[in-house]
Amino acid sequence: MILYKHSVVSDGEKCTGCTHCLRHCPTEAIRIRGGKAVIDSARCIDCSECIRVCPHKAKSADFDALAELDFANDYIIALPDPTLYGQFPQLRDVDALPGALLSVGFSDVYEVAKAAELHTEYTRLYLQQPTVARPVLSSNCPVIVRLISLRFPLLRDRLLPLAPPMELAAKFARERALFAHPDLDPARVKTAFISPCPARVSWVKNTPEGKVQDIDYVLSVRELFFRLRPLLTGTEDRPSEVGKIGLGWAASHGEASALMNDCYLAADGIENVTRVLDNIETGSMPDLEFVELRACHAGCVGGLLNVENPYIARVRLNTLRRLLPVSRNRLPREAYGTAQVPQELLTMWPMDFSTADVLAGDRKSRLEMMAKINRIAATLPGRDCGGCGAPNCRAFAQDVARGEAKASDCVVFMKERLERLLTGEGSGIGAQGTGESDDGI
Amino acid sequence: MPVWGARMSEPVRFLWQVDGDDFSSAGEASVLAKRSLRELGFDAELIRRVAVAMYEGEINMVIHAHGGEAEMLVDEDAVRVILRDVGPGIPDVELAMQAGYSTATDSVRALGFGAGMGLPNMKRFADELVVDSRVGEGTTIEMTFR
Ligand SMILES: Nc1ncnc2c1ncn2[C@@H]1O[C@H](COP(=O)(O)OP(=O)(O)O)[C@@H](O)[C@H]1O
Ligand code: SF4
Ligand SMILES: [Mg+2]
Repeated sequence: MILYKHSVVSDGEKCTGCTHCLRHCPTEAIRIRGGKAVIDSARCIDCSECIRVCPHKAKSADFDALAELDFANDYIIALPDPTLYGQFPQLRDVDALPGALLSVGFSDVYEVAKAAELHTEYTRLYLQQPTVARPVLSSNCPVIVRLISLRFPLLRDRLLPLAPPMELAAKFARERALFAHPDLDPARVKTAFISPCPARVSWVKNTPEGKVQDIDYVLSVRELFFRLRPLLTGTEDRPSEVGKIGLGWAASHGEASALMNDCYLAADGIENVTRVLDNIETGSMPDLEFVELRACHAGCVGGLLNVENPYIARVRLNTLRRLLPVSRNRLPREAYGTAQVPQELLTMWPMDFSTADVLAGDRKSRLEMMAKINRIAATLPGRDCGGCGAPNCRAFAQDVARGEAKASDCVVFMKERLERLLTGEGSGIGAQGTGESDDGI
Repeated sequence: MPVWGARMSEPVRFLWQVDGDDFSSAGEASVLAKRSLRELGFDAELIRRVAVAMYEGEINMVIHAHGGEAEMLVDEDAVRVILRDVGPGIPDVELAMQAGYSTATDSVRALGFGAGMGLPNMKRFADELVVDSRVGEGTTIEMTFR
């Protein structure tokens, strides 16, 4: 069993065992055990929701720091996410950003927005193939790829099989550096992606050996924001290589509208995405060519590692985009004749990880398990109070059925039992026909 | 004393109330049904047929019958969906089954329903469909999928 590696970490010291994260986790991956929140790796999709809602700041994301980079010995290429451009009030022109990154110590800059424009071109090629099942689902947000692989297995093969822009950027950046400086030691060429979210940190950790990804470090937009802010003025500009389309990827609709195809849908926020996927799965959806899905509200500008409010960042990006050409990165015209996406840019997402099915085995054993869960659920109070450490009574019933919790962990049960004991009416849970002994399942 | 162990003599039963006053929640039972069937490991094609047919039936209960209840019974070989309402009933079932026949009001059509394809689609997607309707008493529709 291979487990997906995550970047969300829990600080046991700070966690008080309150139930905020428990209730907000969209995949019910959290339980309170021994008074502390515990995340189930098999179910976590790295959406950052628990980090956002924790009142005690007990959850955080684990990423690399600038201090870990060896600028003196390595040739390190910065790969800034498009959201980075939207963070600064004083950034008037995209050209100031690559220059500022060079002055931090990077040897080169390869903008992820540049790779995104090429990604858009490849997606158009892909959509030209009439045999591809529609709608094609964007595979750019790792949270969504995880969500689909865990909860919508029937839609897995609809995911666009193209490596996301950050991976294309790493690959192209490395190739460009080695082409321009043939004497460079390839082992010393490193790439550092500047990420808007913990999900992309996890993605990089899980990409299997030999796949497109060539990312060595994942830094946060937040750290770079503070480092770059004083450098934006007075540093020599280095021309940016991005257009409207590339920067547009930072916010919702950016990827989809760039395809110049009106039959698209763009949804952001896990609850909206889930609803859309449910409809696509049932086939109760108008004819669509492409579906862009993002876990964060407003798109990647809503990612947790950003500094600026997503809506303000989006407006800034739109101002920056106003005077840019539509796209500055096109495929050679010949590519269109062949209508093929190069094999080496196709990805195998980190999707083959053990899924978190509540039920397992053949249909008979799944039905038996479901029946058991239903029977247990019927005996529970249905208050979804979280006192047992599970997010709701149904999830608790599943835990009990799987032997991961005991019926006596239900506090309402225990309270009633205690009351009965005190009034001398009976001797425990079983007495009123509500079930049986604590673990007599 | 009841035992929570495995006993598979009867099908696993699910029950959902379909609220006739809340138009915007129409279709929720079929989403939940689909989720359970997925967890139970049914194949994509069967799940899609159940979800579409159940969705149509649910919508009908909301737009024609002020709501009702949806029950799903699952065992190893079949999925049965039973939709019950105590609405006005269908005076001529054969006519109602015809493609394009609809008594939906203009306000319902404005929302995109009432194309008269609901019952024909349910018949098409289910392996068996039984309509039991009495004017003034209500309608029960039972669909079986294998
Ligand atoms: N549950 C129901 N209760 C009463 N009448 C119904 C019910 N379901 C369907 N009908 C009648 O059958 C007709 C055809 O149904 P259907 O094929 O689903 O088309 P539509 O719902 O688009 O009108 C409806 O217009 C309505 O008159
Ligand atoms: S929407 Fe963008 S920022 Fe948010 S999790 Fe997905 S990839 Fe990360
Ligand atoms: Mg209908």
